[in-house]
Amino acid sequence: MTTAHQIEPSQAVEATRDMTMVQAIRSALDVMLERDPNVVTFGEDVGYFGGVFRCTEGLQAKFGKTRVFDTPISESGIVGVAVGMGAYGLRPVAEIQFADYVYPAYDQLTSEAARLRFRSAGDFTAPITVRMPCGGGIYGGQTHSQSPEAIFTQVCGLRTVMPSNPYDAKGLLIAAIECDDPVIFLEPKRLYNGPFDGHHDHPVTPWAGHPDSQVPEGYYRVPLDSAAVVRAGSDVTVITYGTTVHVALAATAETGVDAEVIDLRSLWPLDLDTLVTSVRKTRRCVILHEATQTCGLGAELLALVQEHCFYWLEAPIERVAGWDTPYPHAQEWAYFPGPVRVGAALRRVMEVR
Amino acid sequence: MNAQEPLRLHVPEPTGRPGCKTDFSYLQLLPAGAARKPPLDIDPRDTADLAVGLVRVLDEQGQAVGPWAEAIPLELLHRGLRTMVKTRVFDSRMVKAQRQKKMSFYVQSLGEEAIGTAHALALRGDDMCFPTYRQQSILLARQVPLFEMICQLFSNECDPLKGRQLPVMYSNKAAGFFSISGNLATQFVQGVGWAMASAIRGDTRIASAWIGDGSTAEADFHTALTFAHVYRAPVILNVVNNQWAISSFQHIAGGEATTFAGRGVGSGIASLRVDGNDFLAVHAVSRWAAERARANLGPTLIEWVTYRAGPHSTSDDPSKYRPADDWANFPLGDPIARLKQHLIAEGHWSEAQHEALVVELEQDVLEATKQAENHGTLGGSAYASAATIFEDVYHEMPAHLRRQRQQMGI
Repeated sequence: MTTAHQIEPSQAVEATRDMTMVQAIRSALDVMLERDPNVVTFGEDVGYFGGVFRCTEGLQAKFGKTRVFDTPISESGIVGVAVGMGAYGLRPVAEIQFADYVYPAYDQLTSEAARLRFRSAGDFTAPITVRMPCGGGIYGGQTHSQSPEAIFTQVCGLRTVMPSNPYDAKGLLIAAIECDDPVIFLEPKRLYNGPFDGHHDHPVTPWAGHPDSQVPEGYYRVPLDSAAVVRAGSDVTVITYGTTVHVALAATAETGVDAEVIDLRSLWPLDLDTLVTSVRKTRRCVILHEATQTCGLGAELLALVQEHCFYWLEAPIERVAGWDTPYPHAQEWAYFPGPVRVGAALRRVMEVR
Repeated sequence: MNAQEPLRLHVPEPTGRPGCKTDFSYLQLLPAGAARKPPLDIDPRDTADLAVGLVRVLDEQGQAVGPWAEAIPLELLHRGLRTMVKTRVFDSRMVKAQRQKKMSFYVQSLGEEAIGTAHALALRGDDMCFPTYRQQSILLARQVPLFEMICQLFSNECDPLKGRQLPVMYSNKAAGFFSISGNLATQFVQGVGWAMASAIRGDTRIASAWIGDGSTAEADFHTALTFAHVYRAPVILNVVNNQWAISSFQHIAGGEATTFAGRGVGSGIASLRVDGNDFLAVHAVSRWAAERARANLGPTLIEWVTYRAGPHSTSDDPSKYRPADDWANFPLGDPIARLKQHLIAEGHWSEAQHEALVVELEQDVLEATKQAENHGTLGGSAYASAATIFEDVYHEMPAHLRRQRQQMGI
């Protein structure tokens, strides 16, 4: 694994510590609450209790109840007050407990946060970050497993981001909080405590010992709009993000296909140059995500690759995605796009001559 | 066992439809001076009577009576009257301009001029209003230039919003007037968030959020009340009950045999029901609510009882769903006529002065319209360059928008 950590050149690298993704997210919030008095964070169970996933543990005790607090169970309220606070001049970081429950806030996100700068010609802005745990692979069933990124990536004015490891999670979250645009920050909960490659029958691995779990203690940013080539290869480009980055790496190792694996990190706006450069080199492409296939982000990725790499392609672009069904419970591993399905796609694109 | 009668669905209807007369007894009015004035630190539960009562100051003769009658400087009353007349004259001229196709759309506030005007004059200049599309009187009370407003309406080259927004969807941060959205009720909860931010920072500014009777049915109305109550946000929650949401009578919004102010009490918010056509009552209650918020005593919900005298918008024809002479029968009358009557009764105004004021303001509006027209009207050639539509989508223009701008060929 060859993750190239992209630290902005001006930033001195501080002492690092082994962190899980949960700890890295908490560290990002800690750093930003300390650095910027305008940063506040809130959501359901975020305050005293420290979040149902422990992402905000200890923050209320450290920064006080006016900076870190619990909210009523109202997603449109959480995002709506964040928009108002942003207009005042604060930098709110709101949490939606599960991405599956963001729908009541969709009006505030799409009609308000996303358009405030445009419709007021910059008079008012919404520099807000909305964190939400997403993704499956945890027996979460229909409403604890969804990957709704496509409902955000299609909204002009929003930025959508998803990390795949602790290092990126902290650096991207700090960049999201500092960004003056509204950012949807999707956190794959399957990766909170350790990487997961889709082999549900293998023992769970913790983040400790993984190179990307070495996280600087202090402030650093991973730039938005920048993809990471997590494995260089020459046979085929795999474009993915979140949990399926680890699935792609496993499928690559198991098939022997020399795939170049790209972690988008910023889903939209995205780093088109890195994708195009890679596909023009490998001439084949597999697109992989957990979300349902039809009109998923993969469709846009496929269109972009086709538009920009048509004369280079030697095989049809393949998509591996969740089936076009609600996320099931008992059939978890038939649904989740694991290494077997990804491996089969890698072989198929390589068979085209 | 006897057979039960079949269940029946109740669908509320207004008493007055085209060709008949509205029975306004549903309003449950009280005479001027009847409603008490509670202390600022009243327990919200103890406002239950005020939420079904009606705060009024001006009586039928134009006398200021009761506990809410307070000494208002004459200069402020004159400014209030002037702003109300200016709003009405402006609305009337802009409707004509819409008919002349200088703009695509307009929304009048005929009959509701007192609410935004007297409220804005009771706030400080740096308090932020989160208005709907029918609070243009706030902009005029805060002395935003007519020219600037008309340029927005005409979407011309001087439009501060660069032609991106429908007419009337103003935004004016400097005037404490939040960007108007077409999506109803969204700003009600944003106003609460803004007020929470002021409290988080330890500032002294308060927010004033606005919503109509129809939009109280939106989820964000309830959300705003809950958050305002939970965090004791320094916000005034204004419900303008003008009886109509386009063609729907306020009983369809849930107003039958109850009040919108009553919702506030149920949410633990001090709530008042007020004569929205009584300038003195609007000013006194707004001042009370603002002082309450600024003293960390929490939010106040106010239902302003008024009547939407004009069409919903320039795309609406109210004669299709309500009596043509309805406003003439509305028991709370016309806010301008009532303040005028009061000032004349007190010896501080005259018919001649009033006529001169109308003429003067009509001239001002006409001149501002001509001046704005010199910078273009809708469908003309003077408007923000099409290339500017790619700006302000994000803080910095992303690569895909740069590519699309180039594709546009400008």
